[in-house]
Amino acid sequence: MHDTVDVALDVNGTPRTLSIEPRETLAEVLRERLALTGTKVSCDAQVCGACTVLVDGLAVSACTYLAVDADGRAVWTVEGLATDRELAPIQQAFIDHAGFQCGFCTPGMLMAATALLAEDPSPTREAVIHGMEGNLCRCTGYAHIVDAVLAASGTHREGEPQA
Amino acid sequence: MKRVISRPDAPFPIGEAVPRRDGIDKVTGAGRFTVDLGMPGLAHARLLRSPYPHARIRSIDTAAARRHPGVVTVVTADDLPDVHLEYGHAVADHPMIATGKVRFAGEPVVAVVAEDPVTAEEALRLISVDYEPLPFTTSAQASLADDAPVIHEQPGEQRAHRGFSEDIERTHPNVCSHSKQAWGDIDDAFARADLVLDGEYRYPRSYAYAMEPYNAIARWGEGELTVWTSGQHPYMVREDLAHCFDLPLSAVRVIVPYVGGGYGSKSYTKVEPLTAALALRAGRPVRLVLTIDESILTTRGDAATVRLRSAFDREGHLLGRQATILLDTGGYAENSPLVGRKAANRLGGPYRIPALEVTCSVVYTNTNPASSFRGFGAPQVTLAGESQMDEAAERLGIDPVELRRRNVLLPGERPWANARGIDADLLADLDLASEALDWGSPLPPGRGRAICLSASDAGSEPMSSSIVRVHHDGSVTVTCGSTEMGQGSSTVLAQMAAGEMGVPLEHVHLLQSDTAAVSYDRSTGASRTTTLMGLAIQAAAQDARAQLVQWAQENLAPDGPTVVEEHDGVRIGDAHHDWGAVVRSFFGGSAGEVVGRGYIRRHGATAEMPPFWEIGCVGVEVSVDESTGVIRVEKLVTVGDVGCAINPQLVEGQDIGAAMMGLGMATREELIYEDGNLMNGNLFDYRVPRTTDLPELVPIIAERGDGVGLYGAKGGGEGSLNPVAAAIANAVSRASGIRLREAPFTPERVWRAIQERDGATPPA
Repeated sequence: MHDTVDVALDVNGTPRTLSIEPRETLAEVLRERLALTGTKVSCDAQVCGACTVLVDGLAVSACTYLAVDADGRAVWTVEGLATDRELAPIQQAFIDHAGFQCGFCTPGMLMAATALLAEDPSPTREAVIHGMEGNLCRCTGYAHIVDAVLAASGTHREGEPQA
Repeated sequence: MKRVISRPDAPFPIGEAVPRRDGIDKVTGAGRFTVDLGMPGLAHARLLRSPYPHARIRSIDTAAARRHPGVVTVVTADDLPDVHLEYGHAVADHPMIATGKVRFAGEPVVAVVAEDPVTAEEALRLISVDYEPLPFTTSAQASLADDAPVIHEQPGEQRAHRGFSEDIERTHPNVCSHSKQAWGDIDDAFARADLVLDGEYRYPRSYAYAMEPYNAIARWGEGELTVWTSGQHPYMVREDLAHCFDLPLSAVRVIVPYVGGGYGSKSYTKVEPLTAALALRAGRPVRLVLTIDESILTTRGDAATVRLRSAFDREGHLLGRQATILLDTGGYAENSPLVGRKAANRLGGPYRIPALEVTCSVVYTNTNPASSFRGFGAPQVTLAGESQMDEAAERLGIDPVELRRRNVLLPGERPWANARGIDADLLADLDLASEALDWGSPLPPGRGRAICLSASDAGSEPMSSSIVRVHHDGSVTVTCGSTEMGQGSSTVLAQMAAGEMGVPLEHVHLLQSDTAAVSYDRSTGASRTTTLMGLAIQAAAQDARAQLVQWAQENLAPDGPTVVEEHDGVRIGDAHHDWGAVVRSFFGGSAGEVVGRGYIRRHGATAEMPPFWEIGCVGVEVSVDESTGVIRVEKLVTVGDVGCAINPQLVEGQDIGAAMMGLGMATREELIYEDGNLMNGNLFDYRVPRTTDLPELVPIIAERGDGVGLYGAKGGGEGSLNPVAAAIANAVSRASGIRLREAPFTPERVWRAIQERDGATPPA
């Protein structure tokens, strides 16, 4: 067996104490040890953003972030967005604007957008486009995603040009 | 969103932008993809891949790996004497694991199954393979040299099937298949021409990048095999698995959960046979998840070299087209023979051409295998065909849109003798694109516009079935073998069932893509699902309704009056009975259900091939930075000529997504080989479009009710990709006076073309 270390994470508001191997990434711990499979791994190289989660409020790529580095920190994943069986505004906006198709990039998109809107609650379209550049989507061509983020921020106006 | 509607009215909620039915699943993380599934006793596989592009395997030493703690089993081809190793959609030439030699760098040679993926990975490093490197070739042209290394030495091992044996004509040992499309007197056409254009156009090896990698889980039971896979075509995979393991079709169950992107790249069989073979040897369920880097090695799009000659008269009428297409299918045939057929059919474009002669050769090279990818030959050949339309317009002094107007097929006109007539109004589509692009208005220097068209014989085969079950509360379960891969089939198929049964959408539920539980569908591809599965669901709904009307007559009004069928039930005298009441009356109790069946085949409205034409109509405005060679698409217009948009929001999403994918391939995307190795087989180096590549978008949907599907629907989702590269090339030509004939149009290629235009000699 491999050596393990104990880590204490706060995941979506719930304290978790785990014995993990030092090599385990945050994505592996979330998906395999905690069965939080909403967080997706695609490029596995910090390019695509599918694995984006928040660590102490900052968007990180869980595929390359070692779980031991999250010891003592607060981790938020897509499973933590909805509260009391009600969708977060960003989730509802992605549904309303069809900001997803296959849905594989969506958890990462939602977490990146959450971090973006926390930093800039009323972004311009240009700010959204630049803020979301680190998240790839191969289905939508991005237009509906940008619309959704703007809608969640309350800065989307119906009928304005799409990009 | 702009919709232009002149089609018959459709019953609610058909034609409405209802929210996607997979929305909650996908925004909460609750939805399960194959990579998210688990089960007790699951073991994990990793693959050792060849470092050589072409080599004979002298020996494999797996002893140390087998002894590694945590390893369940180690498998080479020699460990699978009881399995038919070769599969492949058109030609079964692809062993699931290398048999004696490897044909591309990255081909799987040994598989390790272990308690966890890390242990499996560790064990891979304990395996030694003794290779005898062979000469290799990485281009179709090089593969056709007289002294080229032969990639498949024994044609006999290659079992062409599914109707492809007629395409197998080995004029050279490295030619996989030949396709041809021809009509008219080609020599006469060129003899009469006022203008003949002759050029060679190249389209790169491309990668679909479905964000969920290829992966599968296989589990054996009592003479039964169950496979969960991220694949588009569960029934095709079932057939290949049944062959590999000598099982009846009914003993193979293929289940497809949500698919994390397909775009054609998850058509047909990929990792499923090997995963099943590993589970057989391991004696327990096995999961095989490839990395994205491995997925790139598994399937790519066919690279094409298209030599095209077009003959025009002085008024710009096309007289003839003659083309030779070379497709590079890599180490294995996969589905490239069908891509070749489609490339030959699609080269002519949506034009009236008196004479045409196209030959297409699919050629083996020592590169990763090519197969289906969105557009399916059309992007490759449309670059050539639509470039020459603009080249002709320029040479003849005719506006390029006007030149197209003089040549487009009119509604009902047949591109060739036995093909379905064009089910689209291309003149009207050109008008919509021209208006959106402000065609003809002045542009600043360094900018150019273009509008390009394509027409694809789409829809694949009309072979679909569906079951509509109406329960005793009136709610409806629909089962079908069409996959939800992001395109929104789970939403639009439910919309059509709700509209056809007259029940609320929230009372319709769909079960998709589980071969043990749902009825047959050929495939989820070729933009066919909305049209063909839609028709199957309509037929099943009509079958259910007919039974319900008869039941109502027999059980609710046995002595008259005549039952009147209404949209959401029946009327007997003044009394309305919903479907649930009719079901209950038949069974004489408080429960029961009716089963409606729908079959779509080559019969009636779907007898003619293709089932529909998929139209591409794209306009772009580009800017060219002549100092750097960077081109930017500033504005992108798509006309989604879909007949009837069952869900316009989803149609718009398909069009934008397709066009942006086309933009990526036109400007950036290319898999590059050097010395037999893939140099950019990862997402760092293979750059797909990002948010910052977004142009101003004008998506337009044209609904003229001219398709064969419900309320005139026909397929979309590929059309808006196909003409994008040509449109960009043509717009760049108008902006900068350079003619780009090799995609992608990278800054370097553009800059070099500008240097050559100015008489400079760019550095090598």
